[in-house]
Amino acid sequence: MNINATLLAQTVMFALFVWFCMKFVWPPIMAALEQRRKQIADGLADAERAKHDLELAAKRSAEILREAKEKAGEIVNNGEKRASEIVEEAKAQAKIEGDRIITGAKAEIDQEVFRAKEQLRTQVSAIALAGAGKILGREIDAKAHNDLLDKLVAEI
Amino acid sequence: MSSEAHTSADYIKHHLQNLTYGQLPDGTWGVAHSAEEAKAMGFWALNLDTFIMSLLLGAVFMFMFRSATKSITTGAPSGLQNFCEWAIEFIDNSVRGSFSGKNDMIGPLALTVFFWVFSMNLMDLLPIDYIPLLMGALGVPFFKIVPSTDPNATFGMAIGVFLLVLYYSVKIKGVGGFVGELTLQPFGKWGMPVNLLLEGVNLIAKPISLALRLFGNMYAGEMIFILIALMGGAWAGMSLGGVTLYGSQILLSLGWAIFHILIVTLQAFIFMTLTIVYLDMAHQEHH
Repeated sequence: MNINATLLAQTVMFALFVWFCMKFVWPPIMAALEQRRKQIADGLADAERAKHDLELAAKRSAEILREAKEKAGEIVNNGEKRASEIVEEAKAQAKIEGDRIITGAKAEIDQEVFRAKEQLRTQVSAIALAGAGKILGREIDAKAHNDLLDKLVAEI
Repeated sequence: MSSEAHTSADYIKHHLQNLTYGQLPDGTWGVAHSAEEAKAMGFWALNLDTFIMSLLLGAVFMFMFRSATKSITTGAPSGLQNFCEWAIEFIDNSVRGSFSGKNDMIGPLALTVFFWVFSMNLMDLLPIDYIPLLMGALGVPFFKIVPSTDPNATFGMAIGVFLLVLYYSVKIKGVGGFVGELTLQPFGKWGMPVNLLLEGVNLIAKPISLALRLFGNMYAGEMIFILIALMGGAWAGMSLGGVTLYGSQILLSLGWAIFHILIVTLQAFIFMTLTIVYLDMAHQEHH
């Protein structure tokens, strides 16, 4: 074996061959690999996004639920408050009504008393007149002494 | 190099000679320095170049896939991991396509077979004079860098596959089933000797065709590379013909090398597919 120009030819050929591979063989392989990588990456990203979305939705639904509960509680509270208010109002009104009834009754009683007194006074004046008539022995002219009698009645 | 036929023959012989280690004629053990010496060593000799190159390439394959698994991520794969996943997916699809039984060993076996054969074949694309010249400078008389042009390597692998075929045939079908398969068909029990002959040939043909197909293709490819290289070397001279030959040598070997990308891959794929198919047949109860 001796070294000759064949080696040179082979080197040129090898350089060309490497160039060919770099130009026509390597890129499609790399493209296929890159496409595969991208596909997987996209799939993973989609999965991640879906997971994230799910998380968000869960969070949102929890929030909505919490809000609804809060609102319901508020409504119940308001209702209770309103109910107690109504009860208070009713109580107040009842009291007023009661008071009014009591006042009316009192006025009526006063009136009755007054009337009874009035009657009593008239009767007493009649008795007094009768008594005086008997004492004086004669009929007292009611008309003549009316003003006297009235005075007496007023004194009683 | 002169144009003498003798030198051309030497060139070819030199390129087709393995680096053989064995017992030399004087009784000592060492490396053969000529084809005659290598031949005289008989069976008990080792082709060191085949040995070294196939081990080296196997180690490269293992190292490559091992380093891909070391930095493995469950996210989007990039670089080496992406390539290895791609390769494994491809092999896995092939196995799923042609293997109907259930055996966890077939996938890894197919992967190893494919990449080992592929990397051995790939050595064919290196310029044929580089390594032998380098080795010559280091004092090593011969060095064939394509292990799959050595029938020892291809038969070694084919016998490995054959042993697996025998093992699984017996394991799945039992000794009786396997013997029955060899003797009771296609002609029934009265045609037993004929059956045995037919099925025996069928069985033996598997490893032989497996080994010879790979060896034949790669050996022929290598031979053509050598002949193309000879074209320029043998006619080197400052004549018009010499220059034309020299130029066409470059173009021809370039074309052959480009075509060889296909052959290299195809032969590895065929070896793998046949391995899967043979093992699939071994796994089938009736066929």
